[in-house]
Amino acid sequence: MPMRKVMKCNEAAAWAAKLAKPKVVAAFPITPSTLVPEKISEFIADGEMDAEFIKVESEHSAISACVGASAAGVRAFTATASQGLALMHEVLFIAAGMRLPIVIAIGNRSLSAPINIWNDWQDSISERDTGWMQFYAENNQEALDLILIAFKVAENERVLLPAMVGFDAFILTHTVEPVEIPDQEVVDEFLGEYVPKHAYLDPAKPITQGALGFPAHYMEVRYTVWEAMENARQVIKEVFDEFEKKFGRRYYMIEEYKTDDAEIILLTMGSLAGTLKDFVDKKREEGVKIGAAKMTVYRPFPIEEFRALAKKAKVLAILEKDISFGISGAVFADAGRVLVNEKEKPILLDFIIGLGGRDVTFENLEEVVEISKKALVGEKVEEVNWIGLRKEIL
Amino acid sequence: MAVRKPPITTREYWAPGHAACAGCGPAIVMKLATKAFSEAMEEKYGDPNAFAIAHATGCMEVVSAVFPYTAWKAPWIHVAFENAAAAASGVEAAWKKLGRKGKILAIGGDGGTADIGLQALSGMLERRHNVVYLMYDNEAYMNTGIQRSSSTPYGAWTTTSPPGKYSIGEDKPKKWVALIAAAHQAPYVATASIGDPYDFYRKMKKAASVDGPAFVQVLAPCVPGWRIPSEKTVEIARLAIESGLWPLFEIENGDFYNIKFQRFPKDGKFKKPIEDYLKIQGRFKHLFKRPEAIQELKNQIKEVWRILGKEVELL
Repeated sequence: MPMRKVMKCNEAAAWAAKLAKPKVVAAFPITPSTLVPEKISEFIADGEMDAEFIKVESEHSAISACVGASAAGVRAFTATASQGLALMHEVLFIAAGMRLPIVIAIGNRSLSAPINIWNDWQDSISERDTGWMQFYAENNQEALDLILIAFKVAENERVLLPAMVGFDAFILTHTVEPVEIPDQEVVDEFLGEYVPKHAYLDPAKPITQGALGFPAHYMEVRYTVWEAMENARQVIKEVFDEFEKKFGRRYYMIEEYKTDDAEIILLTMGSLAGTLKDFVDKKREEGVKIGAAKMTVYRPFPIEEFRALAKKAKVLAILEKDISFGISGAVFADAGRVLVNEKEKPILLDFIIGLGGRDVTFENLEEVVEISKKALVGEKVEEVNWIGLRKEIL
Repeated sequence: MAVRKPPITTREYWAPGHAACAGCGPAIVMKLATKAFSEAMEEKYGDPNAFAIAHATGCMEVVSAVFPYTAWKAPWIHVAFENAAAAASGVEAAWKKLGRKGKILAIGGDGGTADIGLQALSGMLERRHNVVYLMYDNEAYMNTGIQRSSSTPYGAWTTTSPPGKYSIGEDKPKKWVALIAAAHQAPYVATASIGDPYDFYRKMKKAASVDGPAFVQVLAPCVPGWRIPSEKTVEIARLAIESGLWPLFEIENGDFYNIKFQRFPKDGKFKKPIEDYLKIQGRFKHLFKRPEAIQELKNQIKEVWRILGKEVELL
């Protein structure tokens, strides 16, 4: 029987790792993610988890050791956030290019400067071009589930790409919620043991990994990463189906809430999705035709689902905790690509919100709705809006 | 008729066809190191192939693995410049879990080891991974076109330490990574030179045989980088030993009080003049107009010997 326990999201991520049985974990402490390797250390110390835990001297070495382990043919896991993920940046490309199904749990945190330990998504969003799949959890249960799903998708032969699962710093990492821990046997059935298709770093069948690619080959190798990410789109949906059958919880690329007759739809990722649902309920009572949507998968970008959602809305407001300076939020820029050639499309607005742990309040959301309503009646509004700025200190 | 066992195994892991320069010192290192490793693995585990290689970015990585070709007959991985030791840690951990017997060989040049990879090296040694880290020291960033590293010796020309009106060439003493490695109390640390291939071979075998981490720093002249004739590589590496410029030593478990020396003259007087070593190398040519710089180089080497516990005389 699945067990229900009250725990922080970091603990849920550690539980997911325990259930996934990686043979190698390599991690380095960083706020707000540190509890993940702490909890894993306890599991190992108590004999509840059988993994080699490499207590590396940096995140760069954490991911490098994961690459070494994964290339040797075993399941590998790490956890990090913020500057730690940024330090891994170089090796993230390599892990994807070498097609190694590593999974990272990310306690989504802002990037310096100024140094700030609180939540936004700038860390993982900034890694969107590395070839890693990206999942964002709304709550602790989702974090646990999505880590298991991430391993399953990553190790699929049609994919073989690494994956990161993000959950908001402190809002989730340090918040206790009841979490259902699936049975080990069911997880074992779901995931199986990772047996790489190719003989990796095996003296019996020596092969060379990480060779130099000249212009005659480089582009094709990069194309295979593109293709694998395209395949992931389908594989993720298949794994969502399988997950539901095994564990009874349903995941969607984009999950919609009261969108059917909505004129304004607010789309976000992560824990803010929960706030949006409450807010939508409130606005519905006031008679506003409004809905919400949560994007669970950010890479590969859920193109079809996003287009389907866009068809329902007159104004599609994207609320995102990241900024790509000089253009807009990253999700907004992606959404532009997805809708640019669509014949019918909603007005697309971008709302930069909650950076560096700034609370996202109902007042902030009212501001989002006010701007969206203006756009709805044909008033000219800014495409990119910073919400909740303290203009008095600027 | 009794057949004498060859002093060096005839097994090959470094295949011909790689793209290294004629007379490349590091290429000799690759060949000998893997042979020594295989012999150690055969003696220890009964399987000469019981090893894998994690290679840092650098000359030997680039010349050996140009897709779709490879010079490696052993399992081999290259990840990036600074993380060979970390990647090797991961491979070793995976092998442990897979129950696979053997040892991991990490390889990096002096730039990838003394500079950008020093942190990862320190971590690997400190965590006591069953990894041998082999640093082939050609005393500059040769792959990018001869820039100084912290392992470049005093006085040497490189493209970023050019001699000039206000410069004698490289103006800092060489950093000895072997001493840093020994300070980790690693089970086995040694220096070697391809000028004495049997000594290098023995040390690589020893490094591969010990349990836990080991570090070997081997001098490997670079033909274009040192501006030397391609047939002089080994001779120059030998002159480095004979002139006293390149101490050969072994330090076990960080025991600096019991350093073992090889080819050390009993009276502490080296028989070949330092100038013999310098004069065949274009990178030191300018020093002969600056005798005070040669004296400074000698002083620095004497100081290294003194730290190692030896008073020496250099010619």
